[in-house]
Amino acid sequence: MRNLKLIISREYLARVRNKTFIVMTFLSPLIFVGMIMLIGYLSMLNSTDQKIIGIHDDTGIFAEEFKDGEQVQYLDLSEKDLQLARTQVLENEYFGLIHISPLNSISGKPDTIEFFGKETPGFGTIENIEKTISDKLTRKQLIDKGIDVSEIDKARADVSVDIQNFSGEKSSKMSNYIKMFFGGAAGYLLMMFIIIYGNMVMRSVIEEKTNRIIEIIVSSVKPFQLLLGKVLGTSLAGLTQFVVWVILGSALLLGLSTFLGIDPMAAQTPATMAMENAGNPKINQLVIDILKLPYASLLSFFVIYFIGGYFLYSSVYAAIGAAVDSETDTQQFMFPVILPLILGIYVGFFSVVENPHGTVSTIFSFIPFTSPIVMLMRIPFGVPWYEILISIIILIGTNFAVLWLSAKIYRVGILMYGKKPSYKELYKWLKY
Amino acid sequence: MDNLLVAENVYKRFGKFTALNDVSLSIPRGSIFGLLGPNGAGKTTFLRIINQITMPDEGKVYLDGKPLHPDDIAHIGYLPEERGLYKSMKVGEQALYLARLKGLSKAEAKERLKYWFEKLEIEEWWDKKIQELSKGMAQKVQFVITVLHRPKLLIFDEPFSGFDPVNANLIKDEILQLREEGATILFSTHRMESVEELCDYIALIHKSNKLLDGPINEIKKAYTSNTFEIGLETADKNALYADLQSKFEVGPAKYKSIQDDLKLTIKVGEKDDSNELLRYLLSQAKVNHFVEVIPSVNDIFIKTVTQNA
Repeated sequence: MRNLKLIISREYLARVRNKTFIVMTFLSPLIFVGMIMLIGYLSMLNSTDQKIIGIHDDTGIFAEEFKDGEQVQYLDLSEKDLQLARTQVLENEYFGLIHISPLNSISGKPDTIEFFGKETPGFGTIENIEKTISDKLTRKQLIDKGIDVSEIDKARADVSVDIQNFSGEKSSKMSNYIKMFFGGAAGYLLMMFIIIYGNMVMRSVIEEKTNRIIEIIVSSVKPFQLLLGKVLGTSLAGLTQFVVWVILGSALLLGLSTFLGIDPMAAQTPATMAMENAGNPKINQLVIDILKLPYASLLSFFVIYFIGGYFLYSSVYAAIGAAVDSETDTQQFMFPVILPLILGIYVGFFSVVENPHGTVSTIFSFIPFTSPIVMLMRIPFGVPWYEILISIIILIGTNFAVLWLSAKIYRVGILMYGKKPSYKELYKWLKY
Repeated sequence: MDNLLVAENVYKRFGKFTALNDVSLSIPRGSIFGLLGPNGAGKTTFLRIINQITMPDEGKVYLDGKPLHPDDIAHIGYLPEERGLYKSMKVGEQALYLARLKGLSKAEAKERLKYWFEKLEIEEWWDKKIQELSKGMAQKVQFVITVLHRPKLLIFDEPFSGFDPVNANLIKDEILQLREEGATILFSTHRMESVEELCDYIALIHKSNKLLDGPINEIKKAYTSNTFEIGLETADKNALYADLQSKFEVGPAKYKSIQDDLKLTIKVGEKDDSNELLRYLLSQAKVNHFVEVIPSVNDIFIKTVTQNA
């Protein structure tokens, strides 16, 4: 126990004193906050920048349908000759020109609808143009056939399903987005941490091997103690970094946003949508939804799954580090390690979003190599306690098994030099 | 005899490869014991077993009469052949860490380190990082770390590799000093000069088997062949040589001298015949050189290894 403590504190200090670690710990929140600020600033700039689009409408019925918006202003150039209109658009550096040809007497539609522009317009712009014209055309054709359009308008109904669980808790589509956002962020963060800190463990094992200090140390402590101390010490460094990030990040974000008067939330879609609908009762619902998220459980499960997932992967990383002589040899073993993590993220972003309690999501939240990520993404949607319990028990059980196997490879590998390890070789080591 | 370390019938296999095959050794207390063998003979595996880094498949190892126990780590100091230190850690901090892993308290470790650093005149290295030191300098630090906890048994695997002659001598003197203070020293090397100079006992391991062991003098005695190296000053070398050849078993001699002598070796039947031989030689010529040929450890090593190849 005494030696384990010594090892943990050495490993912790070695990580924390590392220059890259210090720079990353203190620079990352700055970069992160800076990016959010930049995005917020740019999106504010963007909204003041108005595009002008000219319309040359040969039919004379569509031009008035294009309504000026916050970002686009339409200019009716139908009176002019098409060639003249084009020159005017070009000379005044308008964004583009829409040309609608006369209606075809047989199909009742314009033969061609064209857009001229220096730059290719975005999807949104084109979609808006198409929708405007097709709406008008549909109405015109309905009226031509003698159908009362106002009746249709009356008959059209906006539907929004109120989602509610049996205990009477209401949720909305919006709150589902929020849950997705928080779950996804937690899962993604976890993956990043596992990869970054797993790699740190691996590098530190390789360092001890290449420095040839390993034999001096294992003549004083058991290899397993060293392995455990290394994994624990590095995880403490990870938690330190995480805490510094959270504190520094939120302080910076708060300070800067009040100082510059930029709302950092403007960069996030749900919030932007909410701002546009100011006064809408939906915002209140949004705020309530955000506040209603189970933060306490989300945070505590994040820590539990972080520790579980990190331990699982870093013991594998340590075994890989012990098996090789230099970092360049690790490539062949890296892929099988990263694969389940990426799979977890994919399952999370596709399957969980689609159906948080479906078979695929449920199974992957039990498989220990993906469960930390997938379960974290599911938790905001509400997962029965027994499912979480089963998943955590499987994770812990696998941790012991993997740690045991890794320790065996580690024990042999750290004293093995100059042997190019293959999977077959590793299997042999398990039996020594 | 009082043995500090006894290994009984130790076997170690890695898969199909046998690294140690029925090796038994006894290391007398207070001795300097040389463990010899070509590369890959199994020396390092044996040392790792003593250090409990690997476990023997069969056989027992006793320290101080008791089976080896994990706590015995504190009584053993090991300087492995593959040795190094953390490159980016400061010398003092690193030495403290390794000393504490051996069970010393922080204060105790600091005090002893100060003593050793002063003794070896390396105090100014305390705050330097290992990567700023030369290889020889780092070796000195490793030596200090190995002996710091005053172990009963000191194990050095190729201790002099990487040292310049001045520092090698310094370390040699320190090792002898440690023996004076009561430590038992186990040496593993294939540098025979240092064995010749330091060891009281040797054991030879070749291809996983122990070929011979015992006090170095007895082994040498067993390998002597009553052969004498002779240098004779005479007017007619050829006549004398022909005469001696007819009376004794004569061979060539390779020693160096400044005289223009007739050099040869003569083998006699028994050791006591040497006086007779000398008497005869004196009657024939002026004897400038007369030495019994004692095999060097190197000769014994090569002879035994090639015999068992």
